[in-house]
Amino acid sequence: MALRFEILGRFNRARAAQLTLPHFVCQTPLFMPVGTQGTIKGLTTSQLEEIGCQIILGNTYHLALRPTSELIDELGGLHKFMNWPRALLTDSGGFQMVSLLHLADITEKGVTFQSPVDGKPMLLTPEESIQIQNRIGADIIMALDDVVRTTITGPRIEEAMYRTLRWIDRCIEAHKRPNEQNLFGIVQGGLDPVLRDICVRGLVDRNLPGYAIGGLSGGEDKDSFWRVVAQCTASLPEDKPRYVMGVGYPLDIVVCSALGADMYDCVYPTRTARFGAALIPEGVLKLKHRAMADDTRPIDPTCMCMVCKNYTRAYIHCLVTKDAMGSQLLSYHNLYYMMKLSNDLHSSIIEGQFPEFVCGFLQKMFPKGDVPEWVCNAMEVAGIDISSCCSPFTSSQY
Amino acid sequence: MKFAVKAWSKGRARSGILQIVGGSSCEIAIETPALLLSTRKGLPAFISPDLLPSLPSPDSHILQFSPLHFLEGLTPETMSNCGGLHQMLGLHEYGFVAVPRDSIVCVPECNGTNKIGASFETPCGRLLIKSLEYMKMISSMKPNLWATLADEVPAWVSVKRNKNSVDRTVRWLDECIALSSTGGAVFGAIVGGSSVEERQRCAQEVAKRNVSGYWLGGFGLGESMDERSPLLNAVTDNLPEQKPRQICGLGLPEEVLQGIASGVDLFDSTYIYDLTIGGFALIFPFDQIERNVSDSQPSAIGGDQTKINLKATVYRKDISPIVDGCSCYACQNHTKAYINHLLNVHEMLAQILLEIHNTHHYLGFFRAIRQAIKEGKFEQFRQQFIENRRHQIFAASLGS
Ligand SMILES: [Zn+2]
Ligand SMILES: [Zn+2]
Repeated sequence: MALRFEILGRFNRARAAQLTLPHFVCQTPLFMPVGTQGTIKGLTTSQLEEIGCQIILGNTYHLALRPTSELIDELGGLHKFMNWPRALLTDSGGFQMVSLLHLADITEKGVTFQSPVDGKPMLLTPEESIQIQNRIGADIIMALDDVVRTTITGPRIEEAMYRTLRWIDRCIEAHKRPNEQNLFGIVQGGLDPVLRDICVRGLVDRNLPGYAIGGLSGGEDKDSFWRVVAQCTASLPEDKPRYVMGVGYPLDIVVCSALGADMYDCVYPTRTARFGAALIPEGVLKLKHRAMADDTRPIDPTCMCMVCKNYTRAYIHCLVTKDAMGSQLLSYHNLYYMMKLSNDLHSSIIEGQFPEFVCGFLQKMFPKGDVPEWVCNAMEVAGIDISSCCSPFTSSQY
Repeated sequence: MKFAVKAWSKGRARSGILQIVGGSSCEIAIETPALLLSTRKGLPAFISPDLLPSLPSPDSHILQFSPLHFLEGLTPETMSNCGGLHQMLGLHEYGFVAVPRDSIVCVPECNGTNKIGASFETPCGRLLIKSLEYMKMISSMKPNLWATLADEVPAWVSVKRNKNSVDRTVRWLDECIALSSTGGAVFGAIVGGSSVEERQRCAQEVAKRNVSGYWLGGFGLGESMDERSPLLNAVTDNLPEQKPRQICGLGLPEEVLQGIASGVDLFDSTYIYDLTIGGFALIFPFDQIERNVSDSQPSAIGGDQTKINLKATVYRKDISPIVDGCSCYACQNHTKAYINHLLNVHEMLAQILLEIHNTHHYLGFFRAIRQAIKEGKFEQFRQQFIENRRHQIFAASLGS
């Protein structure tokens, strides 16, 4: 195990912790921006440090294709290759294959797919995924799991869950750098509480450095989503980090943190920036909108980032979707917003102000008090009283 | 704006100081010959404002923009409400220079130009810009310097069309001055195509007007390198010595040296944009121009010894910076191998790093030129540079 996880403060199920990884001491809850190809689109590594990013995610599938894990290894690992001194996490590559390639197929051996380079059939086994990730050298590496869409039902879910458990042993066996890299297992089991429970128990028996909740953010309804998170966080060990994969909407992060999750990743903040949308406490600001053309306010008057300190909505409006600078500046602001949110969650838990923070967050996002019902339900389970920001007679769907 | 020539190298080349007042009464002194950083809407194409201070200061503190870029989204009223460009961009320590065209996405279209206004191909289609409109933009943006509207024509137009362009440009100059309401310094546009007589006539007419400096238009539009020097000299010989001269369209190192040899003071940096988009990085030495010519190796890597193409596979595993000893952000932090990867996977960080390095490098080239002028050695510097280049290109052709 190459990490330390020390809980610094709690509020019911929510926790604020210090996660010490080989390359950086992180504060949780935390958000990990996605740097698919060894870079976060349009930002330099010094900007990422300035924004306060603690750990970023690289996609094994993309990196293995270009520049290849062998080259990264030869040049001293991904940290050195991209000159990023802080922590890194790589995924297993399996999810990317299943979601990007039509011809991916999963068998007991591994994920078979057609090579995007020469069209030949290829096989990614759990062993290979770990070998590749060992070469890339991230602080946290992910086990290869059997990914199924959350919207699928039936025996395939059960098969995938048991296979994920069988594959974790092959991953552990193949992992050659356990003192420098932390292998996280991934809880599968779809929306079925029984299957999720079997998977959590199976993984916990393996005593891994951390656990991820997978198979979510795939189009399931929000009530199912939070119930799976709540169930898994309740039965995962207290003293290990919990990572909800693919979660990135600010509201989802607040809810999951209230339920006891610690880590998140999503392309959303940087992808939405490229389409001209800014994250603000009230929700999303569409800078392409004509109304922005003569708006001389900053994107978010309460934001202290370089972009909000210097630029008007009007100026960003004339850049977005036309000039590279538009997405550079919006990505900067959006990641700053996510880091500020992570930091606010961390410090409010430590200071015993977590319910106040959650209420303040919800009030800004739902000024009319129309907090979605699933959020109310989740907060009840999390033991957080949000009645002050919910209007008594409206309960709308998210 | 204040300008003073400080030194002459034998011939027309001169070095001087351009003093301007940025936003919040911030004083900026730029030594000339100087490179104005070309921008899109006031910011370099890829260098965000927090990375700008990493470029050499104060050399990098003068930015050129085309007011026409803003027609894509901002009205002059909003620009006025924002308080002008310095305020809108939060760049008070920078000087802004407005020129209608930018040579990249906003280029003069002489067939569309008529007696009413100048025509440009822009991202919002072909636009006909009249003096009144142009001056509205200028007064809302409040640049430190601005060039008047010009009818720029390529080298091959008829004698009549060329003569017409001079008449129009002078008329628009008078209109722009009459409509001017800002404190920004006026640079009178001079055209004349590839006719020495028309160039002289235009320069003499513009020199009679009350302007702070001169903008040389219509270069880099099809004239040959050989015919250019007489045209440049025909203009600068008819201008007062103590006022600055700016040019658009001369980008390559040889072209910059040619312009400086004719007494031009200010250049644009569209060359850097072209290099950056092509994946090229400048590598030529400028501080030891007299180094032994025979040292240079033939190039087999898609460059020509002034630049390298970082897309080339030879850089796949090259963990050295673009230029050893370069103090720019890109060279201090990243390797050729990483930039090669970023180019291969079409990541924007490649352009960010290349624009930083290339700008840094070209500013260094200008610094070396100023030094040579101050030492009275400009012609040797120029000859040596061109000699080295010729030798390298020859060696490269033998090597391939
Ligand atoms: Zn901001
Ligand atoms: Zn450099």
